[in-house]
Amino acid sequence: MVNIFIIFLSAVIVNNYVLVNFLGICPFIGVSKKISPALSMGMATTFVMTLTSAVSWLINKYILDGLNLQFLQTVSFILVIASLVQLVEMFVKKISKPLYDALGIFLPLITTNCAILGVALFLVLKEYNFIESIIFGFSAGVGFTLAIVIMAGIREELELADVPEYFKGAAITMIVAGCLALAFMGFSGLI
Amino acid sequence: MNYTSLVYAVLSMGGMGLFFSILITLASKKLHVEEDPRVELICDLLPGANCGSCGYAGCANFAENLAGAKSQLSDCPVCGAEAAEKIAQILGVDVETGERKVAIVMCQGGDGVVKKKADYEGIQSCIGATFVSGGERACSYGCIGYGDCVTVCPFDAIYMNDKGIPVVDRVKCTGCGNCVVACPRNVIELHPISHHVFVLCRNKDSGKNSRAVCSAACIGCRICEKAVDGVGFTVENNLAIVDHDKYTKYLVLPTEKCPTKCIVIVGEADEA
Repeated sequence: MVNIFIIFLSAVIVNNYVLVNFLGICPFIGVSKKISPALSMGMATTFVMTLTSAVSWLINKYILDGLNLQFLQTVSFILVIASLVQLVEMFVKKISKPLYDALGIFLPLITTNCAILGVALFLVLKEYNFIESIIFGFSAGVGFTLAIVIMAGIREELELADVPEYFKGAAITMIVAGCLALAFMGFSGLI
Repeated sequence: MNYTSLVYAVLSMGGMGLFFSILITLASKKLHVEEDPRVELICDLLPGANCGSCGYAGCANFAENLAGAKSQLSDCPVCGAEAAEKIAQILGVDVETGERKVAIVMCQGGDGVVKKKADYEGIQSCIGATFVSGGERACSYGCIGYGDCVTVCPFDAIYMNDKGIPVVDRVKCTGCGNCVVACPRNVIELHPISHHVFVLCRNKDSGKNSRAVCSAACIGCRICEKAVDGVGFTVENNLAIVDHDKYTKYLVLPTEKCPTKCIVIVGEADEA
């Protein structure tokens, strides 16, 4: 139980995927203009991450380890992610067309979100068991959601702020992202 | 060389690929969303400027509502006759295309024509100037001249002339009405393209006062009204009004008689 809590805390805050490991920066900048699509993006990513970690753990354990094919890890995990994203895409389109339109290109781009492949590769590296893997994937997603929602909140306020002309747009976004990362670095050593 | 691991690799990757493709095929059947194929066809035919004058969030949204019979094709003032006909065919309805309307700027009081009452150095927009005593020009009815209408025009159909008065390109203008909404002085009006004679002034002050601020203002002298025997021109509130239904250009042209030349023939040459 304590172990699970530590995994959770570590993935959400201390080793936050976006702000400490710098994975999944593309949607972090791309979908963080408003809070509600950012939250939806975070939830979609969390969902994919959780499922990916479960499926890729099974594949790694019973197929790749069993047949001594560890060198196929990256390829097969990408296969898993691509298929799951397809599923999520169909699911989102079915239940909420406006959400599907709001996420736009970033929904299929979850496929190439390195944070997800990162989760799959990390959980093999850290030799987690099945339950731990699922918790790890889920908390990595929660960490991603946390980061992207904080970023969206700041950027919503930033619209009203008096930013110098040459800092407007991408420049100030990068600076804000950097400050956030610095803040999250402060958690290192907590666990 | 170890051929077994090669075989295993091919088999396991192929197997996984097959498994996931079957899964996705099943899911796509299960989660299939009925999409009206007409939506895409209509969307291609619509202007695609997303100007919003139909009242929906862009052309794609309007197309969905058209296909769902929730809105009328005539809600889109921008759509040309040819495209409207094609869309009507897709929808299986009759076209009701009214006469094309274009915007017209009802003011001639550009720089050098209208008196200047102050120096304005604030935000260079008409709406901004409205909050600060209405900009530089002395006329409180006419164009302010910072080009809010030019900014909002999705079709590049308005430009500022050298006197700082917006001019509408009657060929490019689609009549979407964005400029009409944007103008804080309500100087821009939409008129059917067949209307050519306009009183380009909105100043309702008495002749003395309006002449004092602008040399192209309508002073309400009634010369036009007398020239056409009251058919087509009337003067109300110190401002001449054209009755486009009654006035024909074969009557005496008040354009020549108007002492301030505020009655103008617009755009007859290019589309008569």
